[in-house]
Amino acid sequence: MSAITFQNVSYAVEDRQLLTNITGSFEQGRITTLVGPSGAGKTTLLKLCNGLLSPTSGTITVQQKPIDTFVPTTLRQTVGMALQAAPMISGTVYDNLCLPKKLQRQTLSIEDAQKWLEDVHLPASLLTQQARDLSGGQRQRVSIARTLVNRSPILLLDEITSALDRTACREIETLIQKINDKYGTTIIWITHNLEQAMTIGHHTWVMMDGQLIEAGPSSLLETTTNEQIQAFVRGEAR
Amino acid sequence: MTYTALSLTLIFVFIPFILSKALHLGLEKDIFIATARSTVQLLAVGYILSFVFEAESAIFMVLMVSLMIVVATLNARKKGRWLRGITWKIALAIIAVELITQGVLLGFHIVPATPQYIIPISGMMIGNAMVISILFLNRFRAELDARADEVELLLSLGGTPKQAIHRQLIDAIKASMIPTIESQKTIGLVQLPGMMSGQIIGGADPIQAVQFQLLIIFALLTCAAVSSTIVGFTSYRTLFNERMQLHH
Ligand SMILES: Nc1ncnc2c1ncn2[C@@H]1O[C@H](COP(=O)(O)OP(=O)(O)OP(=O)(O)O)[C@@H](O)[C@H]1O
Ligand SMILES: [Mg+2]
Repeated sequence: MSAITFQNVSYAVEDRQLLTNITGSFEQGRITTLVGPSGAGKTTLLKLCNGLLSPTSGTITVQQKPIDTFVPTTLRQTVGMALQAAPMISGTVYDNLCLPKKLQRQTLSIEDAQKWLEDVHLPASLLTQQARDLSGGQRQRVSIARTLVNRSPILLLDEITSALDRTACREIETLIQKINDKYGTTIIWITHNLEQAMTIGHHTWVMMDGQLIEAGPSSLLETTTNEQIQAFVRGEAR
Repeated sequence: MTYTALSLTLIFVFIPFILSKALHLGLEKDIFIATARSTVQLLAVGYILSFVFEAESAIFMVLMVSLMIVVATLNARKKGRWLRGITWKIALAIIAVELITQGVLLGFHIVPATPQYIIPISGMMIGNAMVISILFLNRFRAELDARADEVELLLSLGGTPKQAIHRQLIDAIKASMIPTIESQKTIGLVQLPGMMSGQIIGGADPIQAVQFQLLIIFALLTCAAVSSTIVGFTSYRTLFNERMQLHH
């Protein structure tokens, strides 16, 4: 069963075609990694999945329902997203972690906030720190924790480990795998790290120039016969 | 003052004119235009005012206030072209300011209901509502440009457009009110406010002039708060489409 499907989806801004005729599906309860050169349209594709953008043509379904039938706020709670730039609102780390709850007029207890920080391997003492003082890697982890607070059945992760060292990166990979295992959460994960794409992903999508070049088991990055992808893999590995 | 005396004040125009020529500032033409325009415009207003004051019917007064509202609206909307339908929202804000301030002043008989009071006070309120609207629109644009990622973040976490833009809206409203509040903190310490100076020169009792000035500055606070709030809360929705996406 697929959590999200794309049928002939194109997206253009003014006269610029950013995505062309994307057809494919993201399988329920699986981790799909999304790779491709910078500017290929990966972030754009993710934003279509949670309704931050709407396609110019084609149809998208989420949990078997046309995406337009969702109330946008419900859709975005169902399909959670960690944005590439990991933006913070001004205030403390706690203020940021509360945000998803606050938007639904609920509260997040200090204990719960501490638990989320623990999950992303940050010390509980960070809770009272001003978010603007966080290091790049800390900010990225707070951003992940904040996205997890909504406990969405589908998660979109946009390069969430790009600022992390190897150990921290492993910790986050393990956390996401655990969430996928325990809750059957569907994950779509953009990464520039091809090794990560293969070890974490059950499936992989390769995008270039606004098009979906190939989709399949993540081993395709090694076994593909597509020369463009081979060149891309060699380039990234270099 | 006689017209002979008034024409002698052209000396004050002559001095910058000579300076501009001598220093090659290239402002002669502008000085000439400014002088000509202010003379013509003010004399015209003067004659119109005497006509309106003497007229039996209040219709001329209403017409004049309406014209002020139209001109102020057209002026302010230039800064809000990026917001769909902004003209009507600015007009609404200015009209609300006018109705509230005149409603209180006339309703409680604080000032007499004659054109001599209504027109100048309206002019100040409408003019100020225009300036505050422009301040708000400039600041709101700047907030959105600088913090678009925050708006996107709140939307992505499942927030409504109103929640997503709340901070930027509030900050812009606040920023547009601050100059009004700040200027009142030092008022009278160095420069006497224009209206008060005019009354004193015209021979009014200073205490009475102060009372009127206070009335005006209090009303200007309402003016600032009401105009920025109305423009802000009626216009932010047009930044989003029906799918709760930020327009690009
Ligand atoms: N609002 C927009 N208007 C015009 N062009 C845009 C807009 N948003 C994105 N683009 C362009 O669309 C293309 C795809 O952008 P996108 O952010 O999806 O790439 P990406 O694959 O995520 O790249 P990266 O790996 O660098 O994050 C880029 O060329 C970008 O400049
Ligand atoms: Mg991207």
